[in-house]
Amino acid sequence: MNYDWSWTVFVDLSSNGVDTYLYTLLMGVGWTLALSLSAGVISLFFGSIVAVLRTAPSVWLHFIGTVYVEIFRNIPLLVQMFLWYFVLPEVLPKDWGDALKQMGQPWGQFIPAVLCLSFYGTARLAETLRAGIQSLPRGQGQAGTAMGLTPLQVYRYVIMPQAYRIVIPPLTSEFMGIVKYSSVALTIGLLELTGQARAMQEFSFHIFEAFSAATAGYLAINGCVVMAMHYLERHFALPGRIGWKARMKLSGSAS
Amino acid sequence: MIEFNNVSKWYGEFQVLDNCTTHVSKGEVVVVCGPSGSGKSTLIKTVNALEPFEKGTVWVNGISVGDAKTDLPKLRARAGMVFQHFELFPHLSVTENLCMGQIKVLKRNPEEAKAKAHALLDRVGLLAHKDKHPGMLSGGQQQRVAIARALSMDPMVMLFDEPTSALDPEMVNEVLDVMSDLAREGMTMMVVTHEMGFARRVADRVIFMDGGKIIEDCATSEFFDNADARSERTRLFLSKILQH
Repeated sequence: MNYDWSWTVFVDLSSNGVDTYLYTLLMGVGWTLALSLSAGVISLFFGSIVAVLRTAPSVWLHFIGTVYVEIFRNIPLLVQMFLWYFVLPEVLPKDWGDALKQMGQPWGQFIPAVLCLSFYGTARLAETLRAGIQSLPRGQGQAGTAMGLTPLQVYRYVIMPQAYRIVIPPLTSEFMGIVKYSSVALTIGLLELTGQARAMQEFSFHIFEAFSAATAGYLAINGCVVMAMHYLERHFALPGRIGWKARMKLSGSAS
Repeated sequence: MIEFNNVSKWYGEFQVLDNCTTHVSKGEVVVVCGPSGSGKSTLIKTVNALEPFEKGTVWVNGISVGDAKTDLPKLRARAGMVFQHFELFPHLSVTENLCMGQIKVLKRNPEEAKAKAHALLDRVGLLAHKDKHPGMLSGGQQQRVAIARALSMDPMVMLFDEPTSALDPEMVNEVLDVMSDLAREGMTMMVVTHEMGFARRVADRVIFMDGGKIIEDCATSEFFDNADARSERTRLFLSKILQH
């Protein structure tokens, strides 16, 4: 293979003629982080609400939750990205649509990307959380209800604190998923990590170095996600439940 | 204090409660017994509307449970319930379990709630465990915490749904003792249980149910000692349950 390996390419000037490739890649990491964090937080918040709707006794609330989940998890992410970016400005009132189109780089791409990943992530997290809620014994909800808590209070104080703990392992995969899905935003022109790697490859022809850097970037980000979630899992472990022994082992006391 | 008038309930085609009519007076202890699936748990859960019913009325202290206008959370706050599987909240400490209802429902301030919680824990002999989580306690201890949690709301009636049937035999008595004390102090109680010794000692009245119907509803001594006046079904049940 005739390939000119050169790890020093990272300190060469990038296509903008001002910054090095290393710098543009790090900017990419920044946008990937910003996009994933925003989408992760929004998805967790709204995913919780949709999960509650999905498990609510009311037929109508349940129906609304189900329709939401089935729409947003059944459409390919790439198609959703195009819908938010190309179609949304056309269907909004003209002023709003024009404002969106005139926003320019990078917010004009960032906002549709956050919306897209959040709506999609909400549907996925809702399903994960629903599984957690439904794995609780029915008596827990009954006990809360019997002491006079309203249905919302039962969710807030009894159900959700337990459901979140149960779903931390699958939630870890979901958050890592959001980081990886964020690369789809390159298709609408957001220069996140994958987008910057591709730009570097196109301009410098150093495809292996560019994507090695991207790989390392994603590995590092998701490694942090895994460690953070592990910490949360141990920190919130309950006596006699999953994760308790690991927590005891670390703190050095007997269970 | 509690009145059941012709209460009927169906799960689809299956009738779980069939025209149940009875009452519980203030300070009375009523044991509800019967074979599995006879509707006894369902009957006591109609009192705090955990189980809705299709026909009849249930009145608690002059409030109609089935009425759509009834403020159910408010009603439930006054009816303490103890479950077969304790249903303590595993993510909260014992003290927090006892404070939640007081703070969130009765709007007591946290200090007052905590003082009340500790007094009740002392009463059921568990003050030493106040900061533990439920998962660190034995079944009997958990059930005593659950009773204290129900009492923290100053209930006018206590409902017990098979409070000892998930316990190791050794731990049954510590729970029954707490319940006996409660009865002696004049608490109004409905107790679903198979503990016939407890029923004989503590109950004022015994209700026997089968197939969703109330078969017997009589004074405790009448129920246990006047076998000839009991129905065939009741005698069969008693002969099987009293042998051991």
